[in-house]
Amino acid sequence: MSDWPLLSLITFLPLLGAAFIFFIRGEQEDIARNARSVALWFSFGTFVLSLWLWFSFERGTAEFQWAEEVLWIPGFNITYRMGVDGISMPFVLLSTLLTPLCILASWEAIKVRVKEYMIAFLVLETMMVGMFCALDLVVFYIFFEGVLIPMFLIIGIWGGARRVYSAFKFFLFTLAGSVLMLLAILAIYFETGITDIPTLLDTRLPPEMQTWLWLAFFASFAVKVPMWPVHTWLPDAHVEAPTAGSVILAGVLLKMGGYGFLRFSLPMLPEASALFTPLLIYPLSIIAVIYTSLVALAQEDMKKLIAYSSVAHMGLVTVGIFTVTQQGIEGAMIQMLSHGVVSAALFLIVGVIYDRMHSRLIERYDGLVERMPAYALMFMVFMLASVGLPGTSGFVGEFLVLVGAFQVNTAVAVLCASGMVLGAAYMLYLYRRVIFGKMTKEDLRTILDLSWREKAIFAPLIAVVLWMGIYPMSFIDVMAASVANVIDNYEAALAAAEGPSLAALWPVE
Amino acid sequence: MISLDLTSALPEVFLACAAMVLLMLGVFRRAGSTRLVLVLTVVVLAVALLLIVFSPDDRALAFNGLFVTDNFTAYMKVLVLLGAALTIGMSLGYIEREQMDRFEFPVLMLFATLGMLAMVSANDLISLYLGLELQSLSLYVITAFRRDSVRSSEAGLKYFVLGALSSGMLLYGSSMVYGFAGSTNFEALAEVLAADLAFGRAPSLGLIVGLVFLLAGLAFKVSAVPFHMWTPDVYEGAPTPVTAFLASAPKVAAMALIVRVMVGPFGDLFEQWQQIVVVISIGSMVLGAFAAINQTNIKRLMAYSSIGHMGYVLVGLAAGTEAGVLGIVVYLAIYLIMNIGTFACILCMSQEGRMVERIEDLKGLGKSNPLMALALTILMFSMAGIPPLAGFFGKYFVFLAAIKAGLYALAVIGVLASVVGAFYYVRIVKLMYFEEPAEVLDRPIGAVLRLMITGTSLAMVLFLLVAGPVVGGAGAAAAALFAG
Repeated sequence: MSDWPLLSLITFLPLLGAAFIFFIRGEQEDIARNARSVALWFSFGTFVLSLWLWFSFERGTAEFQWAEEVLWIPGFNITYRMGVDGISMPFVLLSTLLTPLCILASWEAIKVRVKEYMIAFLVLETMMVGMFCALDLVVFYIFFEGVLIPMFLIIGIWGGARRVYSAFKFFLFTLAGSVLMLLAILAIYFETGITDIPTLLDTRLPPEMQTWLWLAFFASFAVKVPMWPVHTWLPDAHVEAPTAGSVILAGVLLKMGGYGFLRFSLPMLPEASALFTPLLIYPLSIIAVIYTSLVALAQEDMKKLIAYSSVAHMGLVTVGIFTVTQQGIEGAMIQMLSHGVVSAALFLIVGVIYDRMHSRLIERYDGLVERMPAYALMFMVFMLASVGLPGTSGFVGEFLVLVGAFQVNTAVAVLCASGMVLGAAYMLYLYRRVIFGKMTKEDLRTILDLSWREKAIFAPLIAVVLWMGIYPMSFIDVMAASVANVIDNYEAALAAAEGPSLAALWPVE
Repeated sequence: MISLDLTSALPEVFLACAAMVLLMLGVFRRAGSTRLVLVLTVVVLAVALLLIVFSPDDRALAFNGLFVTDNFTAYMKVLVLLGAALTIGMSLGYIEREQMDRFEFPVLMLFATLGMLAMVSANDLISLYLGLELQSLSLYVITAFRRDSVRSSEAGLKYFVLGALSSGMLLYGSSMVYGFAGSTNFEALAEVLAADLAFGRAPSLGLIVGLVFLLAGLAFKVSAVPFHMWTPDVYEGAPTPVTAFLASAPKVAAMALIVRVMVGPFGDLFEQWQQIVVVISIGSMVLGAFAAINQTNIKRLMAYSSIGHMGYVLVGLAAGTEAGVLGIVVYLAIYLIMNIGTFACILCMSQEGRMVERIEDLKGLGKSNPLMALALTILMFSMAGIPPLAGFFGKYFVFLAAIKAGLYALAVIGVLASVVGAFYYVRIVKLMYFEEPAEVLDRPIGAVLRLMITGTSLAMVLFLLVAGPVVGGAGAAAAALFAG
C-alpha cells in the first residue's frame, strides 16, 4: 500500500475545518455564511478523499488496509493504529457521505449559532470516521465516547422543546453503557497485555472471562444499536434533535453498535457469543422487531415513527450478525448501510416539511401530493426502500438476513419476517396519511415543492439506494472476504473449545 | 547515608529563606507592597520549580534521614509548585477588588507551599507532622482571611477545629506506631514490619490501631469520606482564590503523603490498609457523585467534585501496585490543571463588580461570553472523564490498576459513580448553552485569568499529544517509590 496516511487525513480533515471556522471573525451574517461554506467544502473534500479509499481498496482480502501505526503511550503498548477492512470501510464512506448532506440540509434550517453548529458537525465527523478506522482498543474507545460531546450539544442547543431532557437521556444512557465497555477493555489489556485489535482478533481469551467481557461490551453496544429495552433514549433524542442531528444519529451512530458487535463481540469472544445468542440476542431482537413495529404503528409524530422503525430495522441487523453465516452477516452489513442511507433520507424528508410548517405531527398534513409532486416521489422511494421493496437496498439486506436466519433457526426467521409485514403496514399508513387524500388544511395550500438544494441532497441518496438494490454485488465484494474471515475464526474457535458447553462458561465449584 | 547534607533540600531551603525575605519586605514597605510581594511570590515558586526540575533524580536523604528526595517527590513537588504558583497568580485581581490586599496573603500561601513540599519529602513521622502543621496552620489563617465576613471566619474556625482534631488523631496514631515499632523513621518501620513478616509473626495489634488513626488523620486532609464534612463549608466560606488553592496543591501534597506512608513503611501491612482505602474510596466516589447533584453554589459543587476525585485517586492506592501509583500521579496532574482552570472560570463570575457563585448565574454564558463558555465546557467534560479530554486518561489509568489488582467491584462502582458525576458536570454545560441568559456576567475578564483559562482548557484538549511523556514521567515517579 502507499505510504501516505490516507485514513488520518480523512479523519482529521474535518477537524482542520472546524479549527478554520473557529477563527472566522466579522459580522454575524458573514460568520454564518462563511462557516456554512467552509464546513461544506471541508466535508465535501473529506468525502472525495474517502472515495479514493473506495477505489483503491483491494477486494478479496481480509487484511487491514491503509494501515498506520505510531507508538503513542510507550509504557502501555498503546499505539495510534488505523486501518480499514471490508467491514469498516463502507461505514467510513457512509459517514463522509452523510456529513456534507447534513450540512446542506442545515443551510437554512439553522439560524442561530451557525458557527458553533458547523464546528460541532465537523468534530462529530472526525469522531465517527476515527471510530471506524481505529485499530487499537483505547483509540477506538476515545473516538467512540468522543462522539457524545458534539452530539449532546447538537441535541441540546439546536433541538426542539424537550431538548434538555432528551440530550441528558442520550448522554447518560450511552455513557453508562460505555464505561462498562471501558472496564472490559482494561480487563482485556490486563489479560493479554495489548490493545491492538488485529492481534486480539487472533487471540483466544479464557472462556470464563469471555462471559463477563461479552456482557460489558453488550451493555455498550446494545444501548447504541439500540436493542429493546434500552432503546428508550432513541425516540426522545430523534424527536428533539435538529433534522441533521437525527440524520447522523440514525445514519451513523446506531451503526456503531452493530459495528461493535461485528468487530469485537463476535470475533474476540466467540464462546460467549455462542452462549448468549439464543439467550439474549435472538429474544431481544425479535421483541425489538415486532414490538417496536407495533409501537411505530401508533405514533402521531413522524420523527418518532421513523425512530421506532429504526429500532425494528436494527433488530434485524443484530439477528443477522449473530447467525454467523455468510448471508446473515453480509445481510446485516447491507441492512446497516441501507438503513444508514434510508433512515437518514426519511429524517431529511420529514425535515423538509418541518422547515415549512414547523410541525412533525402526522395529522397536520394531508394530500401533499397535490402541491408537492417531487416531494411525494422522493418520499415514496425511501418509504419503499424502508419497507424492503425488491430493487431497493432495504430488500437486499432483509432478504439476506432472513436467508441467514433460516439456516440457523427457523422460528427466529419466521418471527423476523412477520415484523417486516408490520413494517410495511406502518410505513404505508404513514405515507397515505401525509401524501394522499384530500388537502383539507388551508395553510398547506401555499406549501412549496422541493428546492434545488433539497433535490441535490436527495439525489445521491436515491442513487445509492437503487445501486445497492439493483447491483448489491459491488458492496458485497468489498466485505465478503472480511466476513468470511470472521466466520472462519469464529468456527475455528468454537471447534477448539469443543462446542460451547455451559460447564466451561459457568464452572460449578 | 546519614548526613546533614542540605543540597537535596535546596528548593525547600530557598523557599523558606525567600518567604522570610518577602515577609520582611512586606513589613517594611507596608502599604502598597501586596502586588510586588505577590508577583515575587510567584517568581520564587517558579525558581523553586526550576531547582527541582534540574536537581538530580537519584534518591537522596537529608536531615539525618528525616527528609527524602527521589523521582516521586520531584514529580509531586512540581505539581504542588505549579498549583501554588498558578492559584496565587490568579488571586491578584480578586484580593485587590475585595480589599483583601495585604502582603501576608501571598506570604502565608508561600509558607503553606513550603509545608506541602516538606510533606511530600517526609521520611519520618516527625517530619511528616511538621510539614503537615506548617501547611495546615497557614491554610487556617488564609481561609479566615476576610476578617469582616462571617462566612469566611466561620469557615476558618470550622477548618481549624476539625483540622486540629485530625492532627490529634494523626499524632495519636504516630505515637501508637512509635510505641509498638520503636521508631518513627519510615525505613526503620519498614524493616520492623518486614522482619515480622519474615518470621511469620502477625503484626502487633497496637501497630495496626496506630495505622488506622494515621490513615484517618490523613484522609481528613484529602477530604475523603467519612472525613469530608468540613470540605463543602470551608470551600464555600473561604475567599474564592483560597478555595482554588485548597482544592489544588494541598490535595496533591496530602495524597503524595498518603501514598508514601502506605506504600513505604506500611507496605507490608497492605492487606490491612487496603480494606480501609477501598471503603473510603467507594464512599468518596459515591458521595461526591450524589451529593453534588442538588448543589446550587458552584463552590460547594466543586467541594463535592473534589471529594469524588479523591475517591478515584484512592482507587489507585487501593490497588497498591506500581501501576496504581502511576495512575495516582497521572490523575493528580490532570486534576490539578483541571481544577485550576475551573476556579479561574469561577473567579470570572461577577455581575456589576460583585462576585456571584450560584450555578444559575452561568445561565446563557454560551451567548454572552462564548469563549469562556467553551473553555468551561471543555473543563467540565474533562472532569466528567469523557474522552478525548485529559480527565479520561486519569480515570483510565487508575481503573487499569484496579482491574489489574483484581478489584472488579471497586472498578464497577467507580465507573458507575462517574456516570452519575457526569450528570452534574454536564448540567453546567446545559445551563451555559441550553438556557437563555438571565443576568450577564461582567466582561472583560482580566488578562491573567484569560491566559489561565485558555491554557488549562487547551491542556485538556491537547493532553492526547503529550500523553506519552506525561505517563512516562509518572512511571518513573512510581518506580522510584517502589524501588526505595
